Amino acid sequence: MSTATTHDDHHDHGAPSGLMRWVKTTNHKDIGTLYLWFAFIMLMVGGAMAMVIRAELFQPGMQVVDPQFFNTMTTMHGLIMVFGAIMPGMVGLANWQIPMMIGAPDMALPRMNNWSFWILPFAGTMLMSTLFMEGGGPAFGWTFYAPLSTTFAPASTDFFIFAVHMLGFSSIMGAINIIATVLNMRAPGMTLMKMPLFVWTWFITAFLLIAVMPVLAGVVTMMLTDRNFGTSFFDAAGGGDPVLFQHVFWFFGHPEVYIMILPAFGVISEIIPTFARKKLFGYSSMVYATASIAFLSFIVYAHHMFTTGMPVAGELYFMYATIMIAVPTAVKVFNWTATMWKGSMTFETPMLWAIAFVFLFTIGGFTGLMMGIAPVDMQYHDTYFIVAHFHYVLVTGALFAIIAAFYYWAPKWTGHMVDERLGKIHFWWSVISVNVLFFPQHFIGLAGMPRRIPDYSLQFADWNMISSVGGFAFGLAQVFFLFIIIKTIRGGEAATTGVWEGSHGLEWTLPSPVPYHTFETAPEVK
Amino acid sequence: MFAKTLKGALCSLWGVFLLLGAGNSYADYAVNLVKGVTDISHKVYDLHMLIFWICVVACVLVFAVLIYSIFTHRKSKGAVPATFHESTTVEIIWTTIPFLVLVAMAVPATTTLLALEDTRDSDMSIQITGYQWKWKYDYLDEGISFFSVLTTPRDQIEGDAPKNDTYLMDVDNPVVVPINKKIRFLITSNDVIHSWWVPDLGWKQDAVPGFINDAWTELKEPGTYRGKCAELCGKDHGFMPIVLVAKTQEDYDAWVEEQKGAAAAAADASTQTLTMDELMAKGEAAYNTSCAACHQANGAGIPGVFPAIAGSAISTGDVAGHIDIVVNGKAGTAMQAFGEQLSAVDLAAIITYERNSFGNNVGDMVQPADVVAAK
Repeated sequence: MSTATTHDDHHDHGAPSGLMRWVKTTNHKDIGTLYLWFAFIMLMVGGAMAMVIRAELFQPGMQVVDPQFFNTMTTMHGLIMVFGAIMPGMVGLANWQIPMMIGAPDMALPRMNNWSFWILPFAGTMLMSTLFMEGGGPAFGWTFYAPLSTTFAPASTDFFIFAVHMLGFSSIMGAINIIATVLNMRAPGMTLMKMPLFVWTWFITAFLLIAVMPVLAGVVTMMLTDRNFGTSFFDAAGGGDPVLFQHVFWFFGHPEVYIMILPAFGVISEIIPTFARKKLFGYSSMVYATASIAFLSFIVYAHHMFTTGMPVAGELYFMYATIMIAVPTAVKVFNWTATMWKGSMTFETPMLWAIAFVFLFTIGGFTGLMMGIAPVDMQYHDTYFIVAHFHYVLVTGALFAIIAAFYYWAPKWTGHMVDERLGKIHFWWSVISVNVLFFPQHFIGLAGMPRRIPDYSLQFADWNMISSVGGFAFGLAQVFFLFIIIKTIRGGEAATTGVWEGSHGLEWTLPSPVPYHTFETAPEVK
Repeated sequence: MFAKTLKGALCSLWGVFLLLGAGNSYADYAVNLVKGVTDISHKVYDLHMLIFWICVVACVLVFAVLIYSIFTHRKSKGAVPATFHESTTVEIIWTTIPFLVLVAMAVPATTTLLALEDTRDSDMSIQITGYQWKWKYDYLDEGISFFSVLTTPRDQIEGDAPKNDTYLMDVDNPVVVPINKKIRFLITSNDVIHSWWVPDLGWKQDAVPGFINDAWTELKEPGTYRGKCAELCGKDHGFMPIVLVAKTQEDYDAWVEEQKGAAAAAADASTQTLTMDELMAKGEAAYNTSCAACHQANGAGIPGVFPAIAGSAISTGDVAGHIDIVVNGKAGTAMQAFGEQLSAVDLAAIITYERNSFGNNVGDMVQPADVVAAK
């Protein structure tokens, strides 16, 4: 490509400078960085809301906020963490890593990539602006069940609906980009079954996104017309059905939870072999297990609705289908275990996070199995047992995987090794506090504390106080993480090309820090 | 790495907690599912324990392998990585075993679910209707009907008074049932989705507006069983408890007679004429129970969500319009039709109170007869 003309040849230049670099960039690495910073900022915002929740629940009685604002906090915390922190965090990793892992120079659709990202800050701002509107922000839970979110919701709900539409556009475009990249941009010789597992899990996740984000858009559009244009999709008085909302929502919502966890499986499947110095056990069964989980996610969704008055035949079907998900999930855990077995392990910070993921995600998986059993779910449903379950899979699952990915790939991105001592402090601080935070929530849930309540009766007081203490400690640990991130970007021991002794794959053939443009000539994969 | 062992042991630690906490599920630091007081709740509890122990065993097995591997197969101990990376036999074995365990779990789960959902051959029916934020109980066979509202005083919630043992678990009118009768509950809602849950009965059932769900129970022992709304239903979702009182058949029959007498007395009272002072005193109490959750104790409402009473056009305008909105509600909003919820005396008192408090100074009085005329 380099020709001896006076014309600017961008391939010979590094990144442009100034603010407009970030506004106009079509570089997958820049966009990955933008996504990751956006996700981190949202993690802090959503985390601050979690601190408000835990402060109010520190003791029985109303001390900090009023009940309406408490509901707003639980709602916004959920929405921001799901749509603002975890999903963009995973997309950020995809942007950085997928081209480098398949030997592509960039994403297939770079301008659309820019647009996918830049929709997000506007959607996020619109969502958060509802907090300052008359009547307050959305206060109906992140699942926004009708008619609480339609007839009985504050006026700001229409802004929430528009924000969800925008987030959906962003996700669908991001997913199209990933599919186009994976199908068209692989280096010669990299067949599908030679792709790194992180690429595989994101490839499958992208199909899930394309399948279900339009369903989410559909359900919020139905809300919009119910609220403003006289339809009655979810209003029995007009011939509609409030439970229809839940069917449509969970048809989106259940695949959504796999959208958040499948890329995490991919991250862990990259890290464990590196530090066990041994090939991933059962690569092809990992691919098939991921695809099975993705398929099953569409046909189990109504296990979120066992108490809505479904016919008993429906309850039986959804119970049987749901517990079957345990099979491919167990296969994954067994494969990670077998990868570690008879390896030659070292325990650098990314490996610690990955191992914690395997242990704690397994606990979250088992409680998920327990609540798949319909008659027992009649007790578990809508209690803190559920809250504990999904925080084990989403915090110690998805979030831990994103943090592990940072520790794993940051040396490649920044050219600096992360300070191991600080990384290990961050790890132990987080892993202990997160268990103090969420493990007692199993107990208070089983003992009968419903979720989403701002005040509780006295028998739940002790565990709630312990949980809150863990929550504050875990929140503070992530502020410490910010310090580690900035310190790593600014300096540190120079990273080698391979970075880790056991590293394998195309991204580790690139120099550290990785140049602005990579794989302009496609590498050969044997 | 010793702390990783700790982490691995968390699962089994839970088992230890369970043993410590066994049998006193309502004590502080309770860790396990409420065992409950009915056959169904015991079945649900047994199923819970079965799945729990299966999960614990699986957890311990997997974690034991992981922990052993973490301590043994480490580079610092000179471990050399093996080269195996797949085995179809192993894959088939560890796909089949979980599958068989799941099938084994599905069998008791199915029988329990079928029993739980079998509402046939009931002896009596009670309709439960969820309202923001209270429950209404209609005894379909007896013609008894009443609302059940939280009675925990505001000052306990705000921290101005010590909290009693049944903090947030007391209501004015508990739902009373006889023991040894199969009671069918017909559950619905007047506004948003609620969920009626008494953990001791072993189930919860959503209350969906416009639809009726059913559920059943049969209690063995007289007693007081407490529960809560389990589905987020708006601002005071955390403040709509359930109190279920089970009585022997004789005591229950006596209670039914008493309720019928009280209903007749309330009907008589609607013809009486009250003084301004009586109306204002009754009105303040009834307002705080039924209206203050939304319109606030000072009548200021919550801007953008619940309108103010203070200075509002309705409560300072034509009295007929004021009576109409309180008695018949406003469709499509959270303003319920209180005509069916409160007695004519309370309604008259509330309207009078609203017109002459919070800076409103209309000066007129509403009598129970005015309210009856508007119904």
